[in-house]
Amino acid sequence: METRGKLKTENWMQLQFEARSENESLARLAVASFITPLNPTLEEMADVKTAVSEAVTNAILHGYEEESGVVYISCRLVGDLLEVEIEDKGKGIENIELAMEPLFTTKPDEDRSGMGFSFMEAFMDELEVESFPGQGTRIMMKKKLGTGGWFEV
Amino acid sequence: MSQQQYQVIRDFLCIKMPKEIDHHHAETISRRADQFICQEKVNNIIFDFEETDFMDSSGIGIIAGRYKKVQVFGGKIYVVNAGVQVKRILSLSGLQQYIIWMKKDRKKNAEGRSQVTWKREEN
Repeated sequence: METRGKLKTENWMQLQFEARSENESLARLAVASFITPLNPTLEEMADVKTAVSEAVTNAILHGYEEESGVVYISCRLVGDLLEVEIEDKGKGIENIELAMEPLFTTKPDEDRSGMGFSFMEAFMDELEVESFPGQGTRIMMKKKLGTGGWFEV
Repeated sequence: MSQQQYQVIRDFLCIKMPKEIDHHHAETISRRADQFICQEKVNNIIFDFEETDFMDSSGIGIIAGRYKKVQVFGGKIYVVNAGVQVKRILSLSGLQQYIIWMKKDRKKNAEGRSQVTWKREEN
């Protein structure tokens, strides 16, 4: 097996699927298998899966408000840097800063924790959110793989 | 999810959490748990994470939502067998102070039968 340091090639993949909650596991498993060749640690794997899960959940729940729509995922690996983009053409976010506040949720009565963006921020190295009301939202995340271990709780 | 995943023992509801917990599974679990809280008058909820290896923020919603309901009657929330991933999510959420953490302990007794006991875990 090729070692992490010697991985020269770039790789990419794109995925699109109907905005249904049962596709959330498909999304995170696809991204997880995409990064498998880099031999990431368990923690990195969990980080990436959680961040993808949060972004896809947002697209389905908030972007499309559980109506029909398409979620687009695009991933790129450049060396040991993973770039993930998750996009929806849904209703967009009025106030991105407010949406990104920890514990903020537009749906407090539905058991929403308001931690989605906080988790994306905590588990990935970079997070960028682009949104236009009425047009959709794009989440761009980056993470360098091959660092760190589990931190003790 | 099958029926056996919800078990009522006295005023405790024990929920065997699935392998993966995302918002897709979370809605069912919360709904079922609420039925037990209302109909069977359970006070305390035990979330068993033995089989869980993935959980996102929807898991926080399940636990926080049930906590809000049972704490009204002085009920408590127990989390057992949480792995490192589940613990990390729960501690980042600030929920850990409302949870009683337990660990399963399997031992053989004098007759050689295996015995399961629960031990409080300090975090």
